[in-house]
Amino acid sequence: MAEAGHGPQTSGDYITHHLQNLQVCKDESGAWVWNECAGNMAAINVDSMFWSVLLGLIFLVAFRNVAKKTSADKPGKFQAFVEIIVDFVDTSVKDTFHGKSKLIAPLGLTIFVWVFLMNLMDLVPVDWIPMAAAAAGIPYMKVVPTTDVNITFGMSIAVFILIIIYTHMAKGPLGLIKDLTLHPIAPPTKGIGIIAAPFIIAFNFILETVALVAKPISLSLRLFGNMFAGELIFILIALIGWFQLPLHFGWAVFHVLIVTLQAFIFMMLTIVYLSLASESH
Amino acid sequence: MDINATLIGQTIAMVVFVWFCMKYIWPPLLAAIEERQEKIAEGLAAAEKGDQKLEEAKAEADQIISDARKQATGILDQAHARANEIVAEGKADGTKERDRQLAAAKAEIDQETNKAREELRGQVSAIAVASAEKILQREIDPKQHEDILGKLASEL
Repeated sequence: MAEAGHGPQTSGDYITHHLQNLQVCKDESGAWVWNECAGNMAAINVDSMFWSVLLGLIFLVAFRNVAKKTSADKPGKFQAFVEIIVDFVDTSVKDTFHGKSKLIAPLGLTIFVWVFLMNLMDLVPVDWIPMAAAAAGIPYMKVVPTTDVNITFGMSIAVFILIIIYTHMAKGPLGLIKDLTLHPIAPPTKGIGIIAAPFIIAFNFILETVALVAKPISLSLRLFGNMFAGELIFILIALIGWFQLPLHFGWAVFHVLIVTLQAFIFMMLTIVYLSLASESH
Repeated sequence: MDINATLIGQTIAMVVFVWFCMKYIWPPLLAAIEERQEKIAEGLAAAEKGDQKLEEAKAEADQIISDARKQATGILDQAHARANEIVAEGKADGTKERDRQLAAAKAEIDQETNKAREELRGQVSAIAVASAEKILQREIDPKQHEDILGKLASEL
């Protein structure tokens, strides 16, 4: 169990071990190596990728099964449950995004359910899966993908690319540049003030670029920060011996809220960003 | 928490998942939901129509019932009147029959009385003649005294 002082392991070791991803990368000689990848940009966090893709597939398979035998007349219980989620996402999208898009609603659904499932891994007691993995000979196993900044950042980058594409689609090739340079202060176009125009444009550009880049960064770091902190507290609770049980329960109950809320926030902000991108000022 | 190639892997995974969701999950689910919503709306409209029809049918039924009641009252009144008529007729017939029978009985009684009287008269005259014979000790020719006897008989 997770008690400090048992065996040679210290609490510091325990925490570090729990926060270490299972990594694979190529070393200088070109051979694949496991877990000696510090600072290697080409390394892959195998555990994060595995759980992320597995949970994504669970979502897709479960929902696809429902979608295949869906019926309007007599929905089964699971279909009703799935439809509640679909309807919830659909309402959120329709309330926020006023254009027509075949992508936004399924994107929101995927993000919501997938992120929710990844966050939910946080509620599995912190030692179960890593210990099972250790028994199977895998030294590290971090089971909550959203506590890996690569995962959250990977998703927000996809959203960022979509923001650019939607801006481009809604406002044409020059639209993005106009968005970045002519707001929030409109540069003067005639009179003596035209001298100030380049400075204003430069100022707008810096401001708007920061605002644009801040979107994916804040999106990913918000999720990562919440889940990482939650996971860390679970690990700390796991260190205190048998008294962890009531504490663990209390924190898990509270964490259910965070798990759901963060999944919802990620979905909602994605929709908001995309609706901002496709609406003209 | 160093950035590495996991980021690209996750981005690719997300693109694929979202594409799959957009292609194979969202449309049938939403179609089912919308179809059901339509059906519910239709059902509600039908229910409303049904209510309206029921209302109309109720009004019609009420009308029919009140008509029937009126008719029934009419028939009842007629029946009463007819019954009274029959009773009155019966009474009249009865009275007539009684009077008739009474009259017949009276006539018979009169007839019998007259007959008895005639008989009696005859006998009385015979007795009178016999008694007179005895008194006179001789025969009276009834033919000679027919006028007296007839007078006597008619006086009795």
